[in-house]
Amino acid sequence: MKAAPFEYSRAADVDEACALLAADDGARLIAGGQTLVPMMVMRLARPTRLIDINRIAALSYIRAEGDGIAIGATTRQCAIERDALIKRDLPLLAHAIPNIGHAATRARGTIGGSLANADPAAELSLVAITLDAVLSYRVGRETSEIPAREFFVGPMTTGLPAGGCLTGVRFPVWRDKKTGVGFHEVNARRSDFAFVSAAAQIALDESGACKRIAIGIGAATDCPLRLEAAEEQLAGTRLDAKAVETAVRAALADVETLSDLHASAEYRRRAAATLAKRAIADALAQAQGSKPHAH
Amino acid sequence: MRIELAVNGVTHALEVEPRTTLLDCLRDQLGLKGAHAGCEHGVCGACTVLMDGVAVRACLMFAVQATGSAITTVEGVTPGPGELSPIQDAFCETHGMQCGYCTPGMVLVAHALLADNPEPTREQIVEAISGNICRCTGYAQIVEAIALAAERLRGVNRPRSLAP
Amino acid sequence: MSAGHHRFVASDRRVREDRRFVAGKGRFVADIDLPHTKHVAVITCPHAAARIKGIDKRAALAMPGVHYVLEGAELAAATHPLMTGLDTPNVPRRPLAFETARYSGEWVAAVVADTRALAEDAAEAIEVEYEPLPFVLDAEEALEDKVLVHEAHGSNVLLDKTFIWGEVDKDFAASPRKLSLRVKWGRSSTVPIETFGVIAAWDPWREILDVYASIQMPRYADQIGAALKIPSTSVRVHYDVDVGGSYGVKRGIKHTVLCGYLARRLGFPMRLIEDRLENMRGGDAHGPERLFDVDVAFDDVGIVRSMKMRALENLGAYAGRSPFQLGKPIGAIVGPYKINSVAYRAIAVVTNKTTQDAVRGFGQGPTNLALERAMDEIANVLRLDPLEVRRRNMIKHDEFPYLIPSGTTYDSGNYEAVIAKVLAGAGYEELKAERDRLRREGKLAGIGIAACLEPSGGNATFEALLNPAITTSTFMDSCRINVDGMGAVTATMHTTSSGQGHETLVGTVIGEVLELDPDAVRVVRPDSLNSLPSGTPVGSRMAIMLGGAAFHAAEKLKAKLTAIAAHDLGIPLARALYERGEVFDRQAPDKRRSWAELVAIAHRNYHRMPESFEPGLAVEHVYQVPTGGTLPGKDGRVQMYPCFSFEFHLLLLSIDPDLGETKILRYRLGHDCGTQINPKIVRGMTMGGIAHGIGAALLEEFAYNDDGQLIAQTFMDYLLPSSHEVPAVEIVDHETPSPHTVFGQKGSGESGYLGAPAAVANAVNDAIRPLGISINTLPIKIAKLGDMIAGAQERK
Repeated sequence: MKAAPFEYSRAADVDEACALLAADDGARLIAGGQTLVPMMVMRLARPTRLIDINRIAALSYIRAEGDGIAIGATTRQCAIERDALIKRDLPLLAHAIPNIGHAATRARGTIGGSLANADPAAELSLVAITLDAVLSYRVGRETSEIPAREFFVGPMTTGLPAGGCLTGVRFPVWRDKKTGVGFHEVNARRSDFAFVSAAAQIALDESGACKRIAIGIGAATDCPLRLEAAEEQLAGTRLDAKAVETAVRAALADVETLSDLHASAEYRRRAAATLAKRAIADALAQAQGSKPHAH
Repeated sequence: MRIELAVNGVTHALEVEPRTTLLDCLRDQLGLKGAHAGCEHGVCGACTVLMDGVAVRACLMFAVQATGSAITTVEGVTPGPGELSPIQDAFCETHGMQCGYCTPGMVLVAHALLADNPEPTREQIVEAISGNICRCTGYAQIVEAIALAAERLRGVNRPRSLAP
Repeated sequence: MSAGHHRFVASDRRVREDRRFVAGKGRFVADIDLPHTKHVAVITCPHAAARIKGIDKRAALAMPGVHYVLEGAELAAATHPLMTGLDTPNVPRRPLAFETARYSGEWVAAVVADTRALAEDAAEAIEVEYEPLPFVLDAEEALEDKVLVHEAHGSNVLLDKTFIWGEVDKDFAASPRKLSLRVKWGRSSTVPIETFGVIAAWDPWREILDVYASIQMPRYADQIGAALKIPSTSVRVHYDVDVGGSYGVKRGIKHTVLCGYLARRLGFPMRLIEDRLENMRGGDAHGPERLFDVDVAFDDVGIVRSMKMRALENLGAYAGRSPFQLGKPIGAIVGPYKINSVAYRAIAVVTNKTTQDAVRGFGQGPTNLALERAMDEIANVLRLDPLEVRRRNMIKHDEFPYLIPSGTTYDSGNYEAVIAKVLAGAGYEELKAERDRLRREGKLAGIGIAACLEPSGGNATFEALLNPAITTSTFMDSCRINVDGMGAVTATMHTTSSGQGHETLVGTVIGEVLELDPDAVRVVRPDSLNSLPSGTPVGSRMAIMLGGAAFHAAEKLKAKLTAIAAHDLGIPLARALYERGEVFDRQAPDKRRSWAELVAIAHRNYHRMPESFEPGLAVEHVYQVPTGGTLPGKDGRVQMYPCFSFEFHLLLLSIDPDLGETKILRYRLGHDCGTQINPKIVRGMTMGGIAHGIGAALLEEFAYNDDGQLIAQTFMDYLLPSSHEVPAVEIVDHETPSPHTVFGQKGSGESGYLGAPAAVANAVNDAIRPLGISINTLPIKIAKLGDMIAGAQERK
């Protein structure tokens, strides 16, 4: 399994990366390479040129920005995993990251690489959808932003235009005092791609009723899914188990779930409901505990 | 392409094709046969090397990408000809291997773990090696090797950090 | 226990091979660099079946660094088909498909280039014109012979043999109860982390083909020579290549013949290291895919009187030795139970799937699954405890040696003692209480047990059973010992190893007999031209057979040293006593000869040697398999393997009813392989076997889609257990020695694997039984289980 021949350039900055992309239709960016390299050695991907963006310092950062936290596209997953700011302000992301691959792949894999790859089962895509993240990208000299919900278009397909380079992603932070998160997935082995995953984030008001709730389902459909119908139904309630069950099942009833070697469509639908319920229960318990979210 | 690779403390000037993986470069051009090809698509971990002290899959990097980092292979943690490090010796004590094919990867993962966490729990050891597949041992004696190594190392100087 | 009367055997010694492996200094085939080596890549058929109309290699040959493209026709003209076990001349097997390709992934052509990358570039440029043909994937469909995989054979059936041992019909008629069960062992394999690789180099001046390979195969050199039409003495296999795991499958004969031919044709060393894709689809290393129909006849207290078993094996498109995997289990067809009579029908069919090779246990694992599922279902029907049903049927410790209906005598065993040890700590009642507590919490939970035998020692009489043209009644092994002029000891072993610690085994055995430090015994592996015969590490045989050969060789050496000393001391032989390398007069212990003195006499002072003795201190022994030497009788009865290890699995498993996720919560194994020559090695084998077994039970499958494409082609879809998937297992040992072996040792190379799938399957069934469902197909995958549970809950 040796890749087909290609040229290699290392971009010093985003300008150079975009220029190189624009110059060659067959060129591709490489960041962590944890997904791209296997595809290349199996000759399923055959870029004419690889543009290595790993050393562009300007693309690697984790910082507070406006009402949220901005993460540069080439920030390593392991850096996000260890970051204190993320643990405090983006607990859902902190919760999800250890589920991605293995420590050795998180050591190289980047957040931008995962988002741009848009695997239906990717944990980062699910968190981005659940938290309404906003992605930024460059084409040539132009910077644009795109909400996560518009970014993910289909399996392995995004709204990133040809010649585009993802530069970063901004996650809104929920400042409510009583918030909680939950993340569950089911897979054959602990670090595999999930068959189904669920993410939930909840904010409670002083009386303990649900002020705000976000529920995302991953790996069950072409793109990660928000259960908006369930969110609407559950906002304002006390999130008792029965209400959650009903709302979640109703929201999933008409969803066309994926079927493959690993799981049937019906399995994914049922498991999505189960995992969503568990994620919501975890988030609720955490929000009620009012504990700080650091680990 | 001409590149410079720092491997086990020695910098080598090499001519490589961009498509040559770090694994193939280490094995074929530097003669460091300890890192093994098991799947070449990043799942089995037999190709594990340390990059600035962190375990990574050498089959998922092109050699041209590895310039500027300190690469450590199993040859780099072997103290000398015929000599074993405390971690390697612990693997021999518990028989934490059989065919030896996954072993260099396991040894390096153990080095990285213990440099970071000198007192790992059993669960932490299991998690640390979960990215390396062994088909022979069922893992029990490998976990025991790393626990034994941790215990022994706590009794001597702390392991030297492998990061530059 | 045995450590009491052994000096080195059974003591906790380090495995000497480990030293080189922890430093990355093993010598695996891919580590070997010969000058001027060329690299081979193969072109594979994308169709499940197709006629090969033409191969256009012009573009490939024009590419830089490309030397040659070999087609099936050329190779077929120059070589004999590969050896098969059954007499099936119309089902020839060749390294490259000849005229017709019969499975997706079959090798159709080979390209030779300066580097592997260039070879792969060229492989892409080769255009093959195919005419797709109808194909068949399912074994039962193949039985119907509507689509023939090999037209010339006239049928898809390569083997259909029925054995009737005892009065089966009578026993069935006389039994008040019957039960029928269908059990399916899914297609999986051992999938070592190192793929198969071979380097072949032809020396035309010495007419020797040097072969370095990641090999585990009996008669490897013979088969290479036969296929290439050169004498076996023109083949030199290097046994000092470390093999990165095999567990049966590393046969690689087609890779070797391919490279051997190319090496002779082109005059360069040829190197083919399978990549993972080549290995999974076309490496011909798949394992059994077997459908069992079991009928048992029993009484109201669960005593099984008779059993009928039909085993239908889906071989894939070709067959080497793989059909024999239906024959080996005959030697333990009733497991540890006193079943009175057995009817066994073994059917092997070809289909358009990848070819199989030998897998750990050689068919015993699947057979144990069928047997143990049946025992549990008997318990279910009678509402008896499954463990009690086992006990009522088990052979008692005072009933050995025990002759089973198919003609094999089990050497020894004490099943009750092993079970008692397992229950002592775990406490069967406690485990049941824990299961019930989990059930009250809303989980599904089950206890799984499996009681299985591990036939060990190897003995190929199953060949003669399934193919009467074969009259082999031996499966020998050998060892040579030489003490050099300096008094240093070197021993040889004549096969490769794949992690079993054989060098340590030989050193330990020789050290034990000669009462010398085992680590001072140098153990080396000569090549095949320098070797004595060896059956290779199959059939859990090496501790018994290599151990036996080394033992007897060492005994010969001890006898020679004693005789030299007695002669030199001028005393009768009976008065000479050997102790720790010295020999002395029992009656006058001061009269002694030291090791150095005896070496000097043997190597230099021939005038002091006994008359007609050979100078020097060189001995050898070729060891016949104990209880071997017979062929099947007309009734199809024969002694199979000599020794029978026993394992008893007890586990507690929970299932998340909403997700179908299983978790093994407690696992205890009782293991009796007689005397353990090296406990570290034995424990490693068993733990590794359990991990393999968990994989086969829950995770691993070579799944095909309806187009005949293998969809589990990489490690992303073929799921190997990681450290998270293998629970902590407590192994309790018992030692019932074998009367047939030099130290009472039995084999353990297949332990754990032979029973874990059965134990896991039984636990899952125990857990889902309250829902009124059962599952008898491996692997038991999460989503499938989830769907079944959901279906059952809906019906309630």
